[in-house]
Amino acid sequence: MNTSLLLQLLVNGVIVGMLYGIVAMCFVLIYKSTQVVNFAQGEFVVLGAWVCLSLVVSMGLPFWLAFLFSLVFMMVFGILVQVILLRPLVGEPVISVIMATIGLSIFMQATMNWIFGNNAVRFPQVFDQATVSIGGLNVETAYLMSLVLSLVVMGMFFWFFQYSRWGLAMRATAWNQQIAQSLGISVGRVFAMAWAISAVVSGIAGVVIGLVSAVSNSLAIIGIKVFPAVIVGGLDSIVGAIIGGLTIGILENLAEFVDGQYLQIGNMYSVAPFYVLLIILMIKPYGLFGTPDIERV
Amino acid sequence: MAHVPNPRPTGDFRVSYAADRTLFKTKNETYFVIGGILLVALAPLFFGGYVLSQLILIGIYAIAALGLNVLTGMTGQISLGHGAFFGFGAFASAWIAGNGIPVMLAIPLAGMMTMAVGMIFGIPAARLKGLYLAIATLASQYILQDFFARADWFTGGTYGSLAETASFFGYALDSDASYLYLVLFWVIVSFVGVANLARTRDGRALVAVRDHYLSAEIMGINLTKYRILSFGISSFFAGIGGALYGHYLGFVSAEGFTILLSIEFLAMIIIGGLGSVSGSLLGAAFILLLPQAMEIFANAVATVVPAIAQGTAYIKQMSVGAAIILFLVLEPEGLVHRWRMMRASWKLYPFSH
Repeated sequence: MNTSLLLQLLVNGVIVGMLYGIVAMCFVLIYKSTQVVNFAQGEFVVLGAWVCLSLVVSMGLPFWLAFLFSLVFMMVFGILVQVILLRPLVGEPVISVIMATIGLSIFMQATMNWIFGNNAVRFPQVFDQATVSIGGLNVETAYLMSLVLSLVVMGMFFWFFQYSRWGLAMRATAWNQQIAQSLGISVGRVFAMAWAISAVVSGIAGVVIGLVSAVSNSLAIIGIKVFPAVIVGGLDSIVGAIIGGLTIGILENLAEFVDGQYLQIGNMYSVAPFYVLLIILMIKPYGLFGTPDIERV
Repeated sequence: MAHVPNPRPTGDFRVSYAADRTLFKTKNETYFVIGGILLVALAPLFFGGYVLSQLILIGIYAIAALGLNVLTGMTGQISLGHGAFFGFGAFASAWIAGNGIPVMLAIPLAGMMTMAVGMIFGIPAARLKGLYLAIATLASQYILQDFFARADWFTGGTYGSLAETASFFGYALDSDASYLYLVLFWVIVSFVGVANLARTRDGRALVAVRDHYLSAEIMGINLTKYRILSFGISSFFAGIGGALYGHYLGFVSAEGFTILLSIEFLAMIIIGGLGSVSGSLLGAAFILLLPQAMEIFANAVATVVPAIAQGTAYIKQMSVGAAIILFLVLEPEGLVHRWRMMRASWKLYPFSH
């Protein structure tokens, strides 16, 4: 048993899992408040990363400014997607909405391939020190930042939904649109805001992933990895999304460890989450924290 | 569904149930279909390799899209794994033919094998529907894809496997012209089969499951049985389509059967018309020809704006995504609906309202 490798993979799992959790949270936010499954979530992540990177590289902006600009860009983008693409589809069957976001993801993938190229690009040196020493352990600054940012985002989500006026409005809309509307909440604006927040937070996740590894279009796979995470946690639970993300991140790395040490099958890393997904769907379709959908006639 | 006037010719009285259930509603419809089949059958006399290869591919994709239409259009279940079943059919047929069974038999056998696999992956459908089912089929897409890359004995692993050339009583179907007839045969069999399915008890049960599953269950329809059966039927046609595809190319490799193919199949039935038999054919032709039309268009623009030239490949992919979105927003009922409207306005002219 290779303990140090296991430990390293577990730490990896937690960091990757946090990022899965953040993206899953964005996904759940959109599903909970607008009943739309966003298959283009992964492309949102990549878009945020590319915009920030190209602002840093080709415009020569300092990182923090570029980061802010890319978040503003993502906000506008999220609102536009909701207003132009999804507002006409309100009330349409599930398959139409699913296909619309799938179409969006294909379109975005092709466009980004064209504009930003097919290669992986690394961010230029953003932090002065590449590693920070904490209690004798050398940790990469980018990893540390990703952890801190993830926690900050989660804290902001909590504050927003628990205490702010708009957060309450969004929870009310998610619970029952008609009652929310009759209490004077503008449901259309809440929908647009859900997409805006989701796009912005996806953008943050994209930049963080870009800092940790590199920016490339293949990062969009995170949009697919989100599905196991949200099914484990329950499709409409934000806490569940984070726990699901962590579970899937750790599970992936454990699968790699078991595979590499004992089984030697190869590629377990990428498929294990989907087996878990099927098993969870068979025994507990609404996940650990989701609300069962009870139908009465 | 929006109301489309569907006027009958004068004097066409239906006096028995049998007359009301005919496959073709009017004589003209019969002539139209037979004429279409004859035209395709005569195509090798007039056209060269490119047109024939496009016809073959349209036929192959139409068979698979028809299968997905049984699942999604008739039964109302979404599958994001159809491309993987298509691939499974291709590998299965290559494997069966590789073990010494004639290709003509291997194709239906591969369909059966894919049907069995589809029913296994359809088991979650017994409990799930809508979005949850879509996610479950997404998982089956990735699991099957992983299986293709790993099962060396079956698929040749990452190297892919060779599919034998089909032969008919010793006559090798190795040219586009001869293979076209094989594909045409299977297209007719599948389309007549599904058109008939819609008229049977089982077919009506599938539609009932789609329209209101609780009422269907109260009327004595076994939900689990029909949901899994519809997965089976759908994968059977995916398998047939895949087998024909494999033997046409002569070589099957796992790279072609990604989630993108599954999405293209869904796009075909949405653009053609959900639940419509003829729509599957229209949609397959549309999705296959659209990127090529866009390529010609992009090349024409590139002579004026040279910057476009390097983006041709991306424009092709963008056009598929844009077509899905535009059809959903502007014409959710698909090409078939357009066609019905045109026919109605022609029949009712000059009293179009």
